[in-house]
Amino acid sequence: MMNNENRTISVLVDNEPGVLSRVTGLFSGRGFNIESLSVGETLDPTISRITLVTSGSPLIVEQIIKQLRKLINVIKVVDLTNTEFVEREMLLIKVRAEAASRAEVLRIVDIFRCKVVDASPHFYTVEVTGSESKIKAVLDLLAPLGIEEIVKTGKIAIARSRK
Amino acid sequence: MELSGAEILLECLNREGVEVIFGYPGGVITDIYDHLPKTKIRHVLVRHEQAAVHAADSYARASGKVGVVLVTSGPGATNTVTGIASAFMDSVPLVVITGQVPTGVIGNDAFQEVDIVGITRSCTKHNYLVKEISSLAKTVKEAFHLASTGRPGPILVDLPKDVISGKTEFKYPRKVIMRSYKPTYEAHPKQIRKAFDLMAKSKKPVIYAGGGVISSGAHRELTALAELMQIPVTTTLMGLGGFPGVHELWLGMLGMHGTYQANMAVAACDLLIAVGARFDDRVTGKLDEFCPDAKMIHIDIDPTSIKKNVDIHVPIVGDCRNALSKALNLAKEEFKDREMDGGGAGDRQSWLKQIQTWRETYSLEYEQTDDGPIKPQYVVEEIYRLTKGKAIITTEVGQNQMWAAQYYNFTKPRTFITSGGLGCMGFGLPAALGAQIAHPKKLVIDIAGDGSIQMNIQELATAVENKLPVKVAILNNQYLGMVRQFQEIFYDKRYVATSLASAPDFVKLSEAYGAVGLRAEKPGEVTLVLEEAFNIKRPVVMDFRVAREECVYPMVPAGAAMTNMLLA
Repeated sequence: MMNNENRTISVLVDNEPGVLSRVTGLFSGRGFNIESLSVGETLDPTISRITLVTSGSPLIVEQIIKQLRKLINVIKVVDLTNTEFVEREMLLIKVRAEAASRAEVLRIVDIFRCKVVDASPHFYTVEVTGSESKIKAVLDLLAPLGIEEIVKTGKIAIARSRK
Repeated sequence: MELSGAEILLECLNREGVEVIFGYPGGVITDIYDHLPKTKIRHVLVRHEQAAVHAADSYARASGKVGVVLVTSGPGATNTVTGIASAFMDSVPLVVITGQVPTGVIGNDAFQEVDIVGITRSCTKHNYLVKEISSLAKTVKEAFHLASTGRPGPILVDLPKDVISGKTEFKYPRKVIMRSYKPTYEAHPKQIRKAFDLMAKSKKPVIYAGGGVISSGAHRELTALAELMQIPVTTTLMGLGGFPGVHELWLGMLGMHGTYQANMAVAACDLLIAVGARFDDRVTGKLDEFCPDAKMIHIDIDPTSIKKNVDIHVPIVGDCRNALSKALNLAKEEFKDREMDGGGAGDRQSWLKQIQTWRETYSLEYEQTDDGPIKPQYVVEEIYRLTKGKAIITTEVGQNQMWAAQYYNFTKPRTFITSGGLGCMGFGLPAALGAQIAHPKKLVIDIAGDGSIQMNIQELATAVENKLPVKVAILNNQYLGMVRQFQEIFYDKRYVATSLASAPDFVKLSEAYGAVGLRAEKPGEVTLVLEEAFNIKRPVVMDFRVAREECVYPMVPAGAAMTNMLLA
């Protein structure tokens, strides 16, 4: 498929058991991609928001959005990609922090305004929050120091308010 | 007054106007069966749960009502899956009620436990596990609403044993309030105007109608619009009966086994008007070569059907009948002062003439000799002639289905009932039972093959018990004919696992079930056997020993362009 681009889609759904599996089942059953996905309750506890990142040609993305809308438990689907929106994901990185490299880790943490959330004799665990590009930049800089493990959330996104 | 879950369920069905349930009892739903005789609802005991769903499916299609199925947990539930999938593909309104183990043991691998909601999530329009008796009535109300509105489809409601036997105050909600479900019925007038302008300008238009025309009841509007604007019409398998099969604008069915004129007209048209159809691969063939020069209009109540497989110039989301009647109104206004020679668009004559030359290939011809074997096509044509096109025809799947579609000229909606999308063998006999129950006085005929009929032949017992005088016409070639045909044409006649030479004696088998069995072995016996069968007020199975290696033509190889037809 040509023109495949990542799309960030926000889906409001009934906060009920089984709803997430209807959404993911739709993607697997129809061969659509899910790059990332995150779910959480909204201000209204009967509604959850699923933020998902998917990719495909314009026709496929149109089909994905329509198929999501067709699910009975889906209340609203917004493709944020063409609007102004803020996106964040979070990463926890367990990086080797021996005496020789500790200062370097802390410098990188400082530059990117990350946080050290756990420290042990040989490792620091660093929390990074930001856009995909920032997270990639931090990973690139820490990699030479020795990354032991990472845990990443899916992307969450919210539309910007009108000025 | 407090009612039990079983009583609440039955009262809900009563309020929804349910007249008949197709079902099969079992452990966890015995409470419901215990209360059933206290209601006015008729229960038809099938002999296999799959047949219950096919019968309810066909009842729904023949009557326009919602079909209802009641089965137990575990195997009862899993046996319904094929039937549900078929109804889902063909957009048939069903409510399937399954029993479930008590809520306390769900997930414990209890006896006859399956996660039927999980299993059927992708083949139902929606499904429910009712965890509390307090939500039972609301759920049943929603189920009927969802099944019958928008693009219809099957809804499954899973009822745990403790919900069935629990007690609560009964209140049936008057209205369904669902914040997330609002199907669009009204077609947008601006889109209709755009579509109409294209139709008026087009020199070579074709209407391609599907099952949506039948489920929305748009056949009259379709015929009137086609006549007024002089647009030839083809339908899908699911759309047969949505346009009179004897009309001068009728092209026949399109697609893999469609007529020459239908496929040629669609390939050459400059405007394709799709109504309640979904551009299935059996219709489009190779997508790149489907309607290369045409603009396309697509009317469908389901937005996901539009632009799923092909790009569309004028998408119209809405009820087919609503959209067609709006277009018809425009046509009446615009054309009231014009002369109707060749239709509103003026120069349609050359297009209609071109179509006439395609018709003259007579792609549905076959030869029946007096002393040769019975041709299956001849049997279908004789059924048509003797019933004057007024019977309800159900089919199995395979060659029998295609010959029925090609040689019986369906003129009325809801008279052709087949498993279109799923292509589910074993559909026809239970479907005949459902249609017969919907229309007790009509002649209902299952056009069957010797393979398919054996997939649900146990339903002869249901027919006999319920005095349903259905007629089964087996086109018996002792083969799985459609696959044999594939092997003949595409696999150099390497026949593997398609011979059914070892078969029961269908006449004796019918008699064993308490039905009537008849047989025709020579062409001269066909009419006599049919006439005899149609005069018997009991279920009859007719064993037509037909030419063994007859193929269905025209045929387009899977994945090829639709103009690439094998004609014989």
